[in-house]
Amino acid sequence: MTLELTAQDRSMLDGEQGSSAAAAMKILLAFSNSIGARGLLDITGAHIDGCLYHGKAGLDFVERLVEGGGRVQVPTTLNVGSFDLIHPGMVKMPAAEEVPARRLMKAHLELGCQATFTCAPYQTRFRPSFGEQIAWGESNAIVFANSVIGARTNRYGDFIDLCCAMTGRAPAWGLHLSENRRGRILFELDVQAGEPSDSLFVGVGLFIGQASGDRIPVIAGLPRPRDEDQLKALGAAAATTGAVALFHAVGITPEAMTLDKAFQGHAPDETIRITRADIDHALARLSTVPNGAPLAAVSLGTPHFSHEEWMRLLPLLREAAPGRRIPIYVNTGRATLTRLQEEGALDGMEAFGLIPVADTCTYVTAILEHLDGAVMTNSGKWAHYAPGNIGVSVAFAEMEDCIRSAAVGHVVRSAS
Amino acid sequence: MTRPVERTGTFQLAGEADGLALVFSQPLSFWGGMDAETGEITDHSHPGLGQNVAGKILVMPSGRGSSSSSSVLAEAIRRGTAPAGILLERPDPILAVGAIVAEFLYDIRMPLVVCDISNLVSGDQIDIGIGKDGGPIVRVHLPSIRQSHAANRRPPAFDRDQVP
Repeated sequence: MTLELTAQDRSMLDGEQGSSAAAAMKILLAFSNSIGARGLLDITGAHIDGCLYHGKAGLDFVERLVEGGGRVQVPTTLNVGSFDLIHPGMVKMPAAEEVPARRLMKAHLELGCQATFTCAPYQTRFRPSFGEQIAWGESNAIVFANSVIGARTNRYGDFIDLCCAMTGRAPAWGLHLSENRRGRILFELDVQAGEPSDSLFVGVGLFIGQASGDRIPVIAGLPRPRDEDQLKALGAAAATTGAVALFHAVGITPEAMTLDKAFQGHAPDETIRITRADIDHALARLSTVPNGAPLAAVSLGTPHFSHEEWMRLLPLLREAAPGRRIPIYVNTGRATLTRLQEEGALDGMEAFGLIPVADTCTYVTAILEHLDGAVMTNSGKWAHYAPGNIGVSVAFAEMEDCIRSAAVGHVVRSAS
Repeated sequence: MTRPVERTGTFQLAGEADGLALVFSQPLSFWGGMDAETGEITDHSHPGLGQNVAGKILVMPSGRGSSSSSSVLAEAIRRGTAPAGILLERPDPILAVGAIVAEFLYDIRMPLVVCDISNLVSGDQIDIGIGKDGGPIVRVHLPSIRQSHAANRRPPAFDRDQVP
């Protein structure tokens, strides 16, 4: 266990840069030792998944860093919290839980983190570039950064993401290093698709997540996506059913312009064919109610809706014109919401039942009302987690079907 | 009483502890697998379901699952529902972080040791001490029933999951 430290690392460890930096460095070194890293490397940004309140220890940790005068050393974004700070009253929570949960979000700001409160930091001005070394938490953000952007992060989580931000360092290990980014398992997609639907990308994600284990998946034959939101949905689904932190899509993602590049010249350990039936099976498992079931709400935007997704949704709302009886929740980042408001894009949309949600997500906290009916979503991740998290029944479908269903009050899906 | 069997290893977090072994062949994920309020194992797919880790020396091959296990372990250490110490066959970064954060916040040292875990059985009395070189010394006191059998029978393999 010989971890090479720079003079700067050692100074931090020895407390010359404050007690908070010293604590963060000590924890980071213990982590680095236990994974066998040889040293640390500089990072240019961090994304912290620490704002959801899970117990006192999590809050105590951040408070201690604040008391020690700690500041993050690199631009640092924050994942969702338990509250929508933009729309007070949206989340219902007993006061005894609300006080520490709100404090947790605020304490992170006192460390110098940015008030992004989004699970899609890649949709903010803090989006990293190709090749940047970063330390990110939140599974969908990690897989997006690695796969779609070609930035480099491991799956960082509890405490360690923040220790990286407080020190500006990460262990030189895993996906930070080029040789560890090569594909290991090949998925050959054997699906005829004219206009590739959003659900095809979700289905591929669900499938590779389940089948990859800890091997990096390479997808051959994936239709060219309409936009990066389809890759976002694929990655989020893969990180839901599995531990995928990086996927390559041949001819599409930046480190996989060819099959050979995706595998860095090696042969795949295993090749698996994905058929239409595999996709249909994976998607069918997301729905717990059949067509025709009464609808209680629609939830979109897991991961947080991009501006482009809003631009697809708003015309659909005007066209299908659902009444306000069935709420259509759309989770999004506060920066995206501000932009939409400045553009006047949301004016009058509440008449269709639209309820924008910022800073949090409808499946991690108590937002949804009237749970006597199914909730419809176009998100594989939401459909997977919501039944366990908030006890709802779910119907998964394309966004168009979600909006049409809201107009008629029960689950309808187009024939496709 | 026969002389205890000693084994060495490496500390992921140094400290001293003693308690009865709770041995699993299958790793336990603290997140989604243990109730931090009580120490009870809640993972329905784990052979230890319903047993309690509080105050035990938890012995298993490795950690498992989500990084949220760091928070759950730290919270359990704070509440006093965590194991007294943990022996692992392979180092685990998630559990190491939970233990180190708890030490940082609450000055409670729950030793985390990487060592040979073969031939340990639930119910063995285990002492974790610190050797002269700073490394761990794990002493195993066999319960009398195992000692009487030891002469003519090979001790059960470490992967027995039930308390004898």
